[in-house]
Order: sequence, then C-alpha cells, then structure tokens
Amino acid sequence: MQSTASQIDENCQRILWGIAQKLRAANHCIDIVPGMNNLSAIVDPQRHSAAAMLDILRELASTTQAVEFQARQIQIPVHYGGECGPDLDLVARHCQLSTKEVIRLHSQADYLVYFLGFQPGFAYLGGLTASLHTPRRAEPRLQIAAGSVGIGGSQTGIYPAASPGGWQIIGRTNLRLFDTQQSPPSLLQPGDIVRFVAEQNDA
Amino acid sequence: MHDTGDLRILKAGVQTTVQDLGRHGLRHLGISQAGALDAPSLILANKLVGNPEHLAGLEIVIGPVEMQFQRDSWFALCGANFAAELEGKTIAKAWRSFARAGDKLLLRGAHKEARVYFAIDGGIAVDEVLGARATDLQAGFGGYAGRALRKGDVLGLGPAHCFTRSVGVQQRVWTPEVRAIRGPDFMQFDANARKNFWRHAWQVSSQSNRMAYRLKGDILQRSVANEMLSHAVLPGVVQIPPNGQPIVLLADCQTTGGYPRIATVIEADLWKVAQTPIGQHFCFLEVDLAAAIDAQAKWRRELARLDCLNPLSHPAGSQHA
Repeated sequence: MQSTASQIDENCQRILWGIAQKLRAANHCIDIVPGMNNLSAIVDPQRHSAAAMLDILRELASTTQAVEFQARQIQIPVHYGGECGPDLDLVARHCQLSTKEVIRLHSQADYLVYFLGFQPGFAYLGGLTASLHTPRRAEPRLQIAAGSVGIGGSQTGIYPAASPGGWQIIGRTNLRLFDTQQSPPSLLQPGDIVRFVAEQNDA
Repeated sequence: MHDTGDLRILKAGVQTTVQDLGRHGLRHLGISQAGALDAPSLILANKLVGNPEHLAGLEIVIGPVEMQFQRDSWFALCGANFAAELEGKTIAKAWRSFARAGDKLLLRGAHKEARVYFAIDGGIAVDEVLGARATDLQAGFGGYAGRALRKGDVLGLGPAHCFTRSVGVQQRVWTPEVRAIRGPDFMQFDANARKNFWRHAWQVSSQSNRMAYRLKGDILQRSVANEMLSHAVLPGVVQIPPNGQPIVLLADCQTTGGYPRIATVIEADLWKVAQTPIGQHFCFLEVDLAAAIDAQAKWRRELARLDCLNPLSHPAGSQHA
C-alpha cells in the first residue's frame, strides 16, 4: 500500500500506523513494516491467501482515521556539543546560528518516528526545522559512538549502535536505543513522538 | 541424563557462522532476519540427525574448516558438494554419519555451489537472542558471540539422539533457473529492461555477501526518474539501483530500502541464488503468485515425507550401534 504523492504526507503516515496497530491486534501477519508513506504486511500464505489479505487491507484503508492512532511520547536526554557532539559548531556555522540556538531549535520540536531501518532500532524521524538542515559530511566517519544524535540533510536521528556514518554529530544520549535483552528490544517504535531534552553540559 | 558435550573448532575457515531459520516478526524494529541462506539444506541436515528443523547448525562457505567432536555424535552435511573427511575417511553429502568422541571432521572446500550446512544431533546450543540462534553479523548479536567462528571456539550442544544406522536423502539439484514474480515497481522500467531482465543470464559478482548478491549483465533502465520513498524490503526482493545492475536481497539484508523492486525471487528458489558461486550465471524465470505459493507448498510436502526418517530418540544413555 502506498500513497501516490512523492512528498511525505504525515496524515497518510498516521493512517498507516493506525492500520498497522489494528493488524497487529488481529494477529493476522508475521510482521507489519511501515515505510515512508507505505506499509508492507508479511503474511504466511498457508494462513491467509494474498487475495484475502488485500481485502482486509483495503477495508482497513477505507475505514481507518488518522486521529485514531495513539502515539507514545518519548523523551531523549542529549548532551549537545563537546566530545559528544563534535559537529555542533560546524552545524551552527552552516546554519548561521549560535550553538545555543541550534540546541534550542533541535530540542524544542516534536519529531515523529516514521519508521525504523538501516540498523536495529534506528528511527527515521520527521520534523527537523528547515533552519537546521545541514548536508552530510563529505567523508563519512569510520566510527560514530552509540547514542550519537546527528543531522543528515533534512533528517535528524540517533545511532543505536557504534557504526560508520556520514551525518553531522551534534550530541549524544546515554539512553540505550537498542537492547536485545529488552522486550521490545527497540526503545523507539513506528509512530512515537520524540522530544530531545538538552542535558546540562559541565564544560 | 543427556550427554550434551560440545564441539571444538580447530580451523574456522572464512565466515563460518552459527545459523538457524532466522528472526521473524521484528523487521518493523529494523531487525534483519539472518539465518541460513540456503534454509532448505539446513532443514534437511537437521531432519537427518533427528532435530526439529529450527535448531541451529553451521553455515560453511570457505574451508578448510576442522572441528573435533567431544561426544559421540550423529551429524549431516547438506547443500554444496564439499570435500569432507572424518578421520581421513570421505563423508558423503546428505547422509547421517556417526562420529566418536575425539574424531575430527575436516571440510576442505566446495566443489560446486557455494555453501554447506552442518547439523549435529541436539543442535548447536548457543543462547537464543530475540527468538533465534542465528548470527546477525551486521548488528553483532546472536550465534556465537555475534560473530563468525574463530579457531579455538567451543560450541555447546543440545541433548544427543540415538540412531542405529546411517541414512541418506535425495537433495534438490541446483539448476541455473531461479523463479521470480514481478515486483511492485516492474512497470517503472522501460520495455527493453522488462524483456531483458527475464531473457538474459546474470553473473554473480564478487561484491556479493550474506546481505545481497550483486549481479552483472545488461544495464536495466527505468523509464521514470523520481526518487522513491523508503519501503520495507525482504529476502528475495530484486532491486535495481541507479547503475542498472540487479541486487538480490538475502537473509541479512536491511529491513528497508529505496531502490525500485523489479522482481521478487520466490521463497522456494531463493536457495538457488545463495548456492550460485561467484562468477557463475543464472536466469530469472517469470512465474505468478499462485505458482510461487504452490512451489513452497510442494517443498513442504516433500519435507513432510522425510518425517519417517526420524525415529526415535531412544532413552538417552542407550548405546549406538
């Protein structure tokens, strides 16, 4: 199922999260994976025929309202700048703002978890203000610490695990975004609303 | 009382991993499937040694791999034709064989095809992580310490089974035709691409791994140019990136992607992709959804017939023949 517009539509996404919630409750699917304005349902053909599943999806698509989806609010404490955010100054220069303003703008918005991918627990967030859009690094870093908060073009996000990456790193959280010992293992889920909270820096 | 014993790795080869049938139902959290790339071979090997099909075995790609049994064991090798010797004696593929405690099994390398699956009675008993024992090499969890095996690793085993004799099964034969259905973005490609995708042979490039096989051949052109919004992808999905060369996603693939999907390899044939050695060719053969579902159901029926193989676990402690 897919919206026809190539622009990201928040209303469409809310409907998809609502459909996903209902499908999950009905236990019809092996998995329900939201993408950006689209939704994939993975089914066992021994249990549901593809045709029957499409009927269920069409029915849900025509009856599910965007307002039905109940989002969770998740606060993420972030140490901005310094060792935790080596690119904060660069982002400030690029955006012609002070580092304080970058922190204020980044931490005052509500971000929507559109979907997860790239690595376990990595959330694609929507809602970064245009005044903070900053191109990715020309040379990706070989190693970015787990919990790093970055800006890549018009997106912002958190690296759940240490990995190479090309985003501008402006801060870090001590929260564990992904832990195989937890159930569910990912702190963030599709449809969550994320708010970054600036931690007091010592230096 | 069960003898759980263990298995000692004397030579680890390259990218030998503990694998089962992978993690399912967690893709919405960005968690990949992992698991055996040729799942039917792991299932056959498990059945030969009396294990439930989801128990963990080893996926072996490049030898030499050598292991030493620490307890009397029944084991089976399925998948690629691999030169294998138990204490210097050649071991046949797709047979249940017996090893005594202290015996060494040496796997030299694949004659043809790409990977072999080792199953042992009781299974490799690493801890389950998120519901499976498969190694997720990208994320670094599951399997043995979340990584490929190294010399000196010692793998725990589940309770032993008892059999009285060796037995073999017929394996499916690899052929260079891989059945696939049209992907959701098939019509985005120009007429030549839509024709040539099915008509031409594709060569497996050396840039292939457990996440995806990259193929070389005709350049496939899209007739539309828009960037796509990210969507879920699954093992079997065939993507066409801007260079026009197909990528077949496999068990370790990421959960979302943004390249157009020209086709999807049917579940019943995905093992053929994974068993194609680098540099060799195969073709895609178009089938419809009903044929894809039938093919998988047919394989499940073949497997069910093998249930007669599985005797028996005699009470533990009784002697092997």
